[in-house]
Amino acid sequence: MSAIITVSGLTKSYASGFQALKGIDLEIRRGEIFALLGPNGAGKTTLINTICGLVNPSSGAVTVDGHDIIRDYRAARALIGLVPQELSTDMFETVWATVSFSRGIHGKSANPAYVETVLRQLSLWDKKDSKILTLSGGMKRRVLIAKALAHEPRILFLDEPTAGVDVELRRGMWQVVRQMREAGVTVILTTHYIEEAEEMADRIGVIRSGEIIVVEEKAELMRKLGKKELKLRLGTPIAAVPGALVSYPLALVDDGHALVFTYDARAERMGITTLLNAMRDAGLVVTDLETHQSSLEEIFVDLMRHAS
Amino acid sequence: MNLTAVRAIYLFEMARWGRTLLQSIVAPVLSTSLYFIVFGAAIGSRVPDIDGVSYGAFIVPGLMMMLLLTESTSNASFGIYFPRFTGTIYEILSAPISSFEIVLGYVGAAATKSVILGLIILVTASLFVPIRIAHPFWMVAFLVLTALTFSLLGFIIGIWADGFEKLQVIPMLIIMPLSFLGGTFYSIGMLPPFWQNVALLNPIVYLISGFRWSFFEISDVSVGISFAMTVGFLILCLAIVWWIFRTGYRLKP
Repeated sequence: MSAIITVSGLTKSYASGFQALKGIDLEIRRGEIFALLGPNGAGKTTLINTICGLVNPSSGAVTVDGHDIIRDYRAARALIGLVPQELSTDMFETVWATVSFSRGIHGKSANPAYVETVLRQLSLWDKKDSKILTLSGGMKRRVLIAKALAHEPRILFLDEPTAGVDVELRRGMWQVVRQMREAGVTVILTTHYIEEAEEMADRIGVIRSGEIIVVEEKAELMRKLGKKELKLRLGTPIAAVPGALVSYPLALVDDGHALVFTYDARAERMGITTLLNAMRDAGLVVTDLETHQSSLEEIFVDLMRHAS
Repeated sequence: MNLTAVRAIYLFEMARWGRTLLQSIVAPVLSTSLYFIVFGAAIGSRVPDIDGVSYGAFIVPGLMMMLLLTESTSNASFGIYFPRFTGTIYEILSAPISSFEIVLGYVGAAATKSVILGLIILVTASLFVPIRIAHPFWMVAFLVLTALTFSLLGFIIGIWADGFEKLQVIPMLIIMPLSFLGGTFYSIGMLPPFWQNVALLNPIVYLISGFRWSFFEISDVSVGISFAMTVGFLILCLAIVWWIFRTGYRLKP
């Protein structure tokens, strides 16, 4: 797949000396859903805002579908729709007026039929004549998405789209994002909910202190960095792992009531049968067993810990 | 040139104005009419003619200019400050639109409003006092140039201000007093010689003087100087706006 956004050597330093971005290199592929994960203050929003033209970069370059975001800003920005993190709306405007305005400032002539489609897709059609200040937080968020989609962008940036949104609305939002992708729109989202990235993303980038530390296909990331664990509950507690078993990656937990075996689920031979045999030989009785695969959240927490 | 975008901003701003007709048109027209009634009709009838012009008519260009200055600045400053305050400015800054087009949309709308208001005042005034306009072309030229210049100044204030108080400070504490002292209600020739010289430091004297000349062919300073001052101030404001967008001052980190 070809890259639709190419970020190379992007840095951003503030007058205070704070370096928000430290040489970011990143490629976003055409048509994918890319999730940018990172703790607060990692530089997610700065990166997005720089690509969208809200922050002047200190050095480095960004191209959007081949257009440099500074030299050729018109062509680059025409392709991008941005949904900001803050619920910034023209409170006294109607939904219809504000979405039509967004289309206008992107230089697109009025197209009521298209605006209607967008509003219907986001379940805002019956609110089209309401003033924005009368809407709930979830609806305002959808108004911002409608505004971002008003000029038929090829790339959609969603900065924390589901922050403060209830579960049902969040699922509705995911639905919209999937529809976008089916329509061929590239989606880049930042999120605090790792569950969301796990659910939605094709690829995941992890950013920490202004540096991208991992970019990987989601499935690959979970396979590579994820672990599978087998927990074996013992009939009688033991004080230490018996000598015959020290060659296995075992950990004694629950005050000696259980052993945890960590293994590679992809390996041809995982060693479970030999372990069980060895345990029987050592006289250990297993009363229960459970397996557990690390979630993206655990991988993320691990990455953060290792990187620091 | 992204004319669709300029039009979108322009119409958005005009619509905002239309929503608040009472505050945006009725209030300034009412307050200016009160000046006519008090200074023009009541007090003016006891004031001798100035250079052959009745006092009631004499103050009309001054009042129009005063309204033009205050309304242009407050309108344009609010127009750009409000999106900064609510955060909706992100959309303007990330749209495929140049800084020139942004300014054209916001300042164009603010200047249009002031010109319309100025003309309403002119029509209202003509109900109270007989008005003649000796040089309609120059009258319109001064009206439009001043509206543009002070809308640009308002735009600058709207970007500089970081609170609603600052938004009011310059119109209330500088423009209003300077236009009162700039010859709205009198000819600076009426002042003692020392204060006449001080008055010449007030840029608004030149605006009012030139504007009044286009009506009655009387002026405190030569029309050429008035016109040059107006254009000079316009260029100064344009230069500041250009600098703001070049550096991203208060717009982009």
